Amino acid sequence: MKKAFPILAVLTALFLAYAFYQALWVAPTDALQGDVYRIIYYHVPSAWTAFLLFFINFLASVQYLVGAKCSTQRAANWVVIAIGIAGFIAPFIPQVRQLLPTGMYPSSVTTTALIITALYFLIGKYFPGQSLDVLAVTAAEVGVVFCSIVLVTGPIWARPVWGIWWAPGDIRLTSTLVLWLIYVSYLVLRRFSDSAQTQKLAAVLAVFGALDVPLVYFSIWFFRTQHPQPVIGGGGSIDPRMLHVLLINWMAFLCFAFLVCWSRYRLEKLRREVEETEALESLLDPAGPPAASSAAKVPFSRGPK
Amino acid sequence: MLATLSKDIRLEWRSKDALNAMLFFSMLVVVIFVFSFDPLAEESRHIVGGLVWVAFLFAAVVALNQTWARELRNQVLDAYRVSPAPANALFLAKVLGNFILVSLLEALMTPLFVIFYNLRVLGPAWQLIPVALLGTWALVVNGTFFAAMSLRTRSRELMLPLLLFPVSIPAVLGMVAGTTNILTGENPAHFYIVLLLTYDVVFTTACLALFETVLQAE
Amino acid sequence: MNSIKFLYAAYIATWLIHSLYVGSLIGRYRRLRQQKKELERGQSR
Repeated sequence: MKKAFPILAVLTALFLAYAFYQALWVAPTDALQGDVYRIIYYHVPSAWTAFLLFFINFLASVQYLVGAKCSTQRAANWVVIAIGIAGFIAPFIPQVRQLLPTGMYPSSVTTTALIITALYFLIGKYFPGQSLDVLAVTAAEVGVVFCSIVLVTGPIWARPVWGIWWAPGDIRLTSTLVLWLIYVSYLVLRRFSDSAQTQKLAAVLAVFGALDVPLVYFSIWFFRTQHPQPVIGGGGSIDPRMLHVLLINWMAFLCFAFLVCWSRYRLEKLRREVEETEALESLLDPAGPPAASSAAKVPFSRGPK
Repeated sequence: MLATLSKDIRLEWRSKDALNAMLFFSMLVVVIFVFSFDPLAEESRHIVGGLVWVAFLFAAVVALNQTWARELRNQVLDAYRVSPAPANALFLAKVLGNFILVSLLEALMTPLFVIFYNLRVLGPAWQLIPVALLGTWALVVNGTFFAAMSLRTRSRELMLPLLLFPVSIPAVLGMVAGTTNILTGENPAHFYIVLLLTYDVVFTTACLALFETVLQAE
Repeated sequence: MNSIKFLYAAYIATWLIHSLYVGSLIGRYRRLRQQKKELERGQSR
């Protein structure tokens, strides 16, 4: 597995270069915005990647929490299966189809629901026990990196196009900001918590964050209806050539995100291994000098208890 | 649960020092705001909603930071962990106690704001009551929960606002926008009251469901 | 066109953030490897 990494890295770099070329030279120039709009090819894929990573963290956190007891685990499994089935059937029922926002195809709702179910069970299968928590922290950290990019490129894009760095009613960017804040606080909790159960607490926080996001979205949405906002590039249909380049860039960034996550995952496993070895060593030899200096370098979030 | 609640209130009343200090702190916050944000400005009615709730938020954080301190000192939490009593009873008692405390602080700060900013309510004033109650509950229920989560962290007092603020953003938006709408009378505040109610229901349920996990985790 | 500067700024900022993160990962990895070697040396003594 490890040997594949350099090859994949080279392939990903090539893919990213190809996507870069597509974004800057192949994609057509926007009629209204000129060439500045090409920021979209980095802004939107980063956003989609960040949301996907945060969602993976959420699924991993839920699994970690319900995994404590067999009964809750089974109940959660059934709920996820129900979501999959409901998502599969519901959008095709006429009454439900009417409720869907315009432009959203029923099949995309179905696909999303099935992906949620599939992801949940795949995560459970391939990341047993502690690996689940390692996955959670990996997804959170890399997600924060991509989210930061969204928050930096967003205002950079807004300034030349709308004349302002930040629109308070910009529902997407503000929701992204709150999501970023929640996950930064998640990472801070992990770093500052000394409890043996840091992982459980962090998982609880992730669940709280997930509950919060829809509320943030709706609160800002309503705020906007009362406070007229600058007209932001409305939900008009996107030129198919632009969509094509957008998807290419997203795929390239997903590959990149995958490699970064893989690296972070290995790093976390190594860190835990070193930590356990040190803990063991200090138990066997309480007066051992070698552990003392290195313990000062790495701030441990969990002490031996 | 009522026993815990009444015990808490009695203990707080006896240790009036902390309570008086908190009251004084709340007053200071109001005064600082009066000096920072000109009360005579024409648009002051538009921003007072925000000022009031930021002041309440600071007061709430100060009150919440010490909410579990006594339990921690006397190892009461260990006793709760092994007792058959449901953890939720302890949590609800704590939340109610904090709710009363923070409401007391708010009741002190509100007349100060009214006086300094010459507030007159242009919209339906009675709607301020659900906004205040629901908003305070939103801050207190999550605040008590996160205070419990922060107990074994380094920089405990910093951890609480760090965890509380991001999650509270929709509630803060609801409180501030709702209050502003009621004060200026320009827009209806109904949606914000519904938003606050939804927020409270969702997060009270989440806190009750997950408090056991947090209690066992310390 | 002045606005093209923003395009460059956005792309540079993106790769800057990514490089900083990957750099921090490499740094952390090296430090852990170093620690592991020290521990193994200490154990074998």
